[in-house]
Amino acid sequence: MRHKYLLSVLLAAGLSSAALANPYETTLKNGLRVIVKEDRRAPTAVQMVWYRIGSMDEVDGQSGVAHVLEHMMFKGTPSVGPGEFNKRVAAAGGKDNAFTSRDYTAYFQQIPKEKLEDVIQLEADRMRHLNVDAKEFEQEIKVVMEERRMRTDDNPQSKLFEQMNAVAFQAHPYRRPIIGWMNDLETMTAADAKAWYDTWYVPNNAYVVITGDVDHQAVFALAEKYYGPLEGRPLPIRRQQIEPKQEGTRRITVKAPAELPVLIMGYKAPILRDVEKDSDPYALEMLSAILDGHDAARFNKKLVREDKVALAAGIDYDSTARGPGTLYLHATPSEGKTVADLEAALRAEIVRVQQDGVSQAELKRAKAQLIASEVYKKDSMFGQTMEIGQIESAGLPYRKLDRMLEKLQQVTAEQIQAVAKKYFNDDALTVGVLDPQPLDGKPRRPAAATRH
Amino acid sequence: MNTAMTRLIVAAFAFLLTQSALAGIKIEHWVSSSGARVYFVESRVLPMLDVQVDFAAGSMFDPVGKAGLAALTRATLDNGAGKLDETAIAEQLADIGANLGGSADTDRASVSLRTLSARDKRDTALAILKDVLQAPHFDAAVFEREKARTIAGLKEAMTRPDSIAGKAFWAALYPDHPYGRQATPESVAALNRDDMAAFHARYYNAANASITLVGDLSRQEAEKIADAITAGMPKGQAATLPGMPEQPKGGQTRIAHPASQAHVYIGLPAIERGNPDFFPLLVGNYTLGGGGFVSRLMKEVRDKRGYAYSVYSYFAPMRQTGPFQIGLQTKRSQAKDAIKVSRDILDAFLKEGPTAEELAAAKANLIGSFPLRLDSNKKILDNVAAIGFFDLPLDYLDQYQAKVQAVTAEDVKQAFARRVRPENLITVTVAAD
Repeated sequence: MRHKYLLSVLLAAGLSSAALANPYETTLKNGLRVIVKEDRRAPTAVQMVWYRIGSMDEVDGQSGVAHVLEHMMFKGTPSVGPGEFNKRVAAAGGKDNAFTSRDYTAYFQQIPKEKLEDVIQLEADRMRHLNVDAKEFEQEIKVVMEERRMRTDDNPQSKLFEQMNAVAFQAHPYRRPIIGWMNDLETMTAADAKAWYDTWYVPNNAYVVITGDVDHQAVFALAEKYYGPLEGRPLPIRRQQIEPKQEGTRRITVKAPAELPVLIMGYKAPILRDVEKDSDPYALEMLSAILDGHDAARFNKKLVREDKVALAAGIDYDSTARGPGTLYLHATPSEGKTVADLEAALRAEIVRVQQDGVSQAELKRAKAQLIASEVYKKDSMFGQTMEIGQIESAGLPYRKLDRMLEKLQQVTAEQIQAVAKKYFNDDALTVGVLDPQPLDGKPRRPAAATRH
Repeated sequence: MNTAMTRLIVAAFAFLLTQSALAGIKIEHWVSSSGARVYFVESRVLPMLDVQVDFAAGSMFDPVGKAGLAALTRATLDNGAGKLDETAIAEQLADIGANLGGSADTDRASVSLRTLSARDKRDTALAILKDVLQAPHFDAAVFEREKARTIAGLKEAMTRPDSIAGKAFWAALYPDHPYGRQATPESVAALNRDDMAAFHARYYNAANASITLVGDLSRQEAEKIADAITAGMPKGQAATLPGMPEQPKGGQTRIAHPASQAHVYIGLPAIERGNPDFFPLLVGNYTLGGGGFVSRLMKEVRDKRGYAYSVYSYFAPMRQTGPFQIGLQTKRSQAKDAIKVSRDILDAFLKEGPTAEELAAAKANLIGSFPLRLDSNKKILDNVAAIGFFDLPLDYLDQYQAKVQAVTAEDVKQAFARRVRPENLITVTVAAD
């Protein structure tokens, strides 16, 4: 969860009731939701189109198709030729790109505000009229394979993360990499991408978020004009795929050319489903901030600075998602320390929270950082647009963002100690280790006593 | 490419692409009572303040045999300063939600602070900033720890194909200039605490500093802050620059590596900050490899042939002659073909320049995208800090669009002919078959 709207600071300045309605929202007859956040600080705007479709909706043998289709979305429609989309955005003085996650696929343009209509027209066109041309596909699939080589195959940490998730999840589709297994990319056809598009790219499976120096009524009218005529269609039933309960620690090792080992410990963790009733995800967010929220937070202070067992140590937890949650601890050992030393040190820090809890000063500090980050976040229009889009993709209403912030501010030290006891459970743990290999295949020099 | 270099290039990009026309970015400039140059933009939209202090104290000033000193000095500034140890600094900043950052690249060592503008928070944050700038402890034990972490990071980088290629590229471009010197595990291991204290004493002074403030405060407050954070700072002397880099003899460096993809860099030393050739190069490079998805390199290497996910070219003007660079990654077996295609595209561009249509498209984007370059305090800070640090004219942003607009196809051809001579081009490959 990326942190949310600030109430205290900005509301204290006294906003009018009209401003309280911001962001504004409408739903077109075809089911497309349009959310507009007015932010008039600069004469620019951001449009993002979010499709509720990601790699978790793929099936075995076709991993990566959501991302491949994202690439194909730039390859033209009957009225906009291949490559023409980028060209028109560039001509408008804009920047554009797209990204695919486990949960969603999103497309964006950042433009001078007077060009908003141009990019609304372009996105509406490719929402229903994409050409999935076989020749274009043949080239683009090679680009995606190069992307996989760059991001994963030649990146030891990414490879470790990929293989760890394939072990941590057995039934749930989060076990598959977003970019897809190389063999699935090799056998993928234009027809696979076309079928994906035809099934999922409809207005009732999408929402548009627009932020910037715009008038929401004018944007609604543009949305009606361009997105309005597109036809909705019922979506296939999505079966819920529930990961069976993990019953024992899983361990994997990945060997790759590198100097430093890496340790990742992934614990199954809760996801926020009900903003009011759930409490554990908020407590885990605050615990994460106390362990790894600043340079003197517990991990860096104890493991890196005092004990020098780690070169770096961190925590990664996202409390919002469509699928199941994982809390990752990750670290790299110092020279002369083993991965086993490091695992013991990370575990000791968790035990310290379980036994002794956290101090009021630590909790207060984490909350102060949260308040400040709410102000800093408003420096980026793109960031604000992302925040709305992401929370919606996880099935939570963006109108609850401020309520979630309040909930975070209400977390107590007792709750943090309780979630530390509940979720750092060895039976729900997957441990991944990167075992570094010399580049030339020869044994590493003895000084690197870093192997376990 | 090492991270400092990456940061430098990202910063250069942000600046390169910036244009003028937005009335409202009013830069105020004065010299503080300590003798530091100050640049200020008032922005009242959000209750926050950014302060960046830049020193000419980047890695180009590493003494011979002490490569890595500038970076390590900058990295340890906030590991204890004034009356506070490193833990107290981090905790006090966190207590008020302030962020202290910055780094050293080849030219510049930066310290940046973002804080809420409420007086109590702001004053606490600025007091810490002052100590970090002026009274770092360089504690011996902390120094040894950070040295060990730096060495480990350098060893790790020496296993990564992109880092290996980046280091080899800079070394080949600048064989006899500090820009080509690289920190190594050995050079960092030889550093001691006194080296750092001496480097700090020489370069972290008022005459060698520029201060940029953006945010929720008045000119009067900005003046007070600039004076306060540099009060007691020695005036000192501005850094002395080495001779300008010379053009290298062109050639190819091939480095073996087990990666599945080859990393390819092609380039040469091209241009320094403030040189008038910058605008024709900027406009021309948009067509060649700067214009994201619409550049010639992208169309030919990625779209038509599927050789690479990422392919680009850029000019990175620096204090002294910064590089022109083409970069791509491709399956190791097709590196040769990808290099040939890229070279053919470059050669054709050098010969013919952009078409009328390409020139118009480049200008439309560079001029039209102007508002996007300055639509946050962070972007304004980056731009104004660069103007200050590199002594660019205060109306640089105001002139920008007109300068882009004035570029002709012939200007592009001539500037490229002057700055990109094929006989000086260096090609570095890592993991190519």
